[in-house]
Amino acid sequence: MTRLRLLAGPDLSLGPERLHAHVERLGPTPVLGHSLIDMLEASGLTGRGGASFPVARKWRSVARHRGGPVVVVNGAEGEPQSLKDRVLMSTRPHLVLDGALLAARTLKASQVIVYVGEDHREARAAMAGALAERPDPELRRARLVAAPARYVAGESSAAVNLLDNSIASPMSKPPDPHEAGVGDAPTLVQNVESLAHVSLIARYGAEWFKSAGRRGGAGTVLITVAGAVPSPGVVEIEAGTTVREVLDMAGGVDPASRAVLIGGYFGTWVDFAAAQDLALDPAALRERGLGLGCGVVGVISSRGCGVCETARIMRYLAGESSAQCGPCFFGLRALADACGRIADKGSNADDLARLHRWARDVRGRGACRHPDGAAMFLQSALQTFAPEFSTHPAHWRANAGGRDAA
Amino acid sequence: MEIGIDRIRCDGRGLCAELAPELIRLDDWGYPIIAASPVPDHLLSHAQKAVAACPVLALSLRQAAKRALG
Amino acid sequence: MTDQLLWYTTRAAGAVSLVLLTAVVILGVLSALRFKTAGWPGFLTTGLHRNLALVTLVFLALHIVTAVVDPFTHLGWLSAIVPFSSYYRTFWLGLGTIAFELLAAIVVTSLLREYVGHATWRVIHWLTYAAWPIGVVHGLGTGTDAWSPWFFTLTLVCVAAVGFAVAYRLVAGSRDPLAAPRASFRSGVERKSEQ
Repeated sequence: MTRLRLLAGPDLSLGPERLHAHVERLGPTPVLGHSLIDMLEASGLTGRGGASFPVARKWRSVARHRGGPVVVVNGAEGEPQSLKDRVLMSTRPHLVLDGALLAARTLKASQVIVYVGEDHREARAAMAGALAERPDPELRRARLVAAPARYVAGESSAAVNLLDNSIASPMSKPPDPHEAGVGDAPTLVQNVESLAHVSLIARYGAEWFKSAGRRGGAGTVLITVAGAVPSPGVVEIEAGTTVREVLDMAGGVDPASRAVLIGGYFGTWVDFAAAQDLALDPAALRERGLGLGCGVVGVISSRGCGVCETARIMRYLAGESSAQCGPCFFGLRALADACGRIADKGSNADDLARLHRWARDVRGRGACRHPDGAAMFLQSALQTFAPEFSTHPAHWRANAGGRDAA
Repeated sequence: MEIGIDRIRCDGRGLCAELAPELIRLDDWGYPIIAASPVPDHLLSHAQKAVAACPVLALSLRQAAKRALG
Repeated sequence: MTDQLLWYTTRAAGAVSLVLLTAVVILGVLSALRFKTAGWPGFLTTGLHRNLALVTLVFLALHIVTAVVDPFTHLGWLSAIVPFSSYYRTFWLGLGTIAFELLAAIVVTSLLREYVGHATWRVIHWLTYAAWPIGVVHGLGTGTDAWSPWFFTLTLVCVAAVGFAVAYRLVAGSRDPLAAPRASFRSGVERKSEQ
C-alpha cells in the first residue's frame, strides 16, 4: 500500500484540516532561504498543472528577473475530469498555503494570489477559511480570486490576464509570465499540488521525497481516476505506479475495456492492454511519447466508442478556444466537425485525411498550447482507434458513445 | 534570422503570403503557416517586405531563437 | 507674372491634393474591407494607399509653400502652423491648417508605426475621417475657384466617392471572422469584481 503523504492525516470526508491540527501534525512552516530551490532541484519535483515542468527551474527563472515577484497559487482546475486540485484544497488547504508562503518568502514576492475555480465552492470556502487562519503577513495580504469556469482560464497567461485586465484569455508570448506577468512583475504561476509537495520537501528534504516512488519515479502523485471504473475519484500514488495498479485501487476494471486516456483532454489515448504496464511517472511517460498531464486516468469501456468519445471531447475543446487565433478557433472547429461526421454518419476517407492534415497544421500556431493539446489528443485517438476510425458505421445520435465512456 | 508572429494580433489578412510565398503560405482558413527554417539570405528582403506590410504589425524578423522549454 | 504662377500653382496643387487624398481615403477603406481579387492582391491596396499618401504630402507641401510665399496673400509661415492666425480668409485657411496638421500626425505615426505601437497608430489614423472633410470644406471656402464649375464638380465627385466608400464600410461591418466569437468568449470570461 502506498504511504500517503499529501492526503495523509485526518479522513478526507472531514473537510479542510484546520491550522492547529496541521501544525500539530506536521510542525510549523519551515524557514529556509534560497536553499529551498536547491532542495527542490535535488528532489526532481515537476509541476502538477499539466506541463510537468521542473519546479526548481521555474522558480529560478522568476528569481532571475527584476522586480518584486508575484506568486499565483493556481487551483483553477479547468479540466472537467480532474478532481485532485479541488480535493487537495478542500481537505489540506494549509499544505497548499505553506507551499505558497515558502514560494513567496524564497522569491521575496510582493503579492500572493490564490486562484480558484468560481464553481468550486467547497475548495474556495476551504481556501478562504484557511487564509483567514494564517498569521503570516504574506498570506494575510493574499487575495482570493475566482477563475472563470472555462478550460483555458487555468493557463498561466490567462490567469495573469484575468488579474491585470479582468479577462481570462491567454496572452501572446513573449513575454512569459515568469519574465513579466501580473503588473509586469515576474510571476510564478504554480499548481496547488506542486506547492503542497514543496511544503513537505521543505520539511523533510529531497531524499525523503525521492524515497517514495517505483520504477525510477520520485515522490507521490495525485491521480483522478475517471470513466468506466467502479470507484472513480482521487488517489495518491507513488510515481511510477502502473496504470493496472491504479485501476485496481479504483475497484478494478473490465479486462475487455477498450482504452485508457492518460492526462486528461490534452492527454493521449492508449490501447487498454498496452496501458496496463505503463508507469505513471512524468519522465517515464515522456520517454514513451506520452505525458502525465493533469493526472487524469480515464477508462473507456468495451461498450464505449472511441470515435464518439473523441468527437465529444473535440467538440468540447473546440468550444473552449478563446477565439483569438484563427488556426485554433477554425482548426479545432473543423477537426471537431470532421470527427463528428465520422461519428454520426460513418467513416469516410476524405474526413480521415482532413483529420490528419488539419491536426498537423494546427499545432504550434496558437498563442497558447490549446490547439496543440487538442491536436495531439486527436492524433493519439487516430492512432489508438485506427480500426474504429476507418470502419465506423453511421448510427443515431442518441446511441452515440457508451454511458460509461471516459 | 527567422520570422516571428504574434498569433493573437494576426487576423488572417494574408498580405505576408502574397509578398513572401516561399516563406509563408496560408492554411485552409487564411492564416499564415510560416516555414520553420531560418530565412535564406536570398529571401531576406522579401521577408522584410512581408513583415513591414502586415497591417496589424503581427510579424517580426528576429535572430533565430532557442525554443523556450515548457 | 510670377505672382500669377504662384497663384495658379497653389490652386492646382490644392486640387491635386484633394483628388489624391480622396484616392488615399478610398484605398484605406478598401484595405479595411480586405478587398482583393485574383488580379488585385491585398498588398496593392495597402502599398498604393501608402505611396499615394506620401505623394499627397508633396503636393500639399507645394500648395502650402506657394500660398505662403505669394505676396498677394500676405500669409506668414506662422499661418501654416497656427490655425486661424492669418488675416487673409482667416476661417477657411485655418481649416486648411488644421487638416494639414491632422494629416501630418497621421503620416508621422504611420511611418513610425513600429515604435508608436498598433493601438496608438490606429486611434490617430481615425483622424482621417476628420482631416479629409475639413480639407474639402477648406477647399470650398478658400479657393478662388471654389464655385467655378470644374472645381465644384471635382469636389462633388470626390465627396460622392468617399461618401459611398464610407457608407459601404459602415454597412459591411468587420471583416475579421474572429470578431464575433472573440467578443462572445470575452464576455464569458470577464470578471470585474473579485472575492
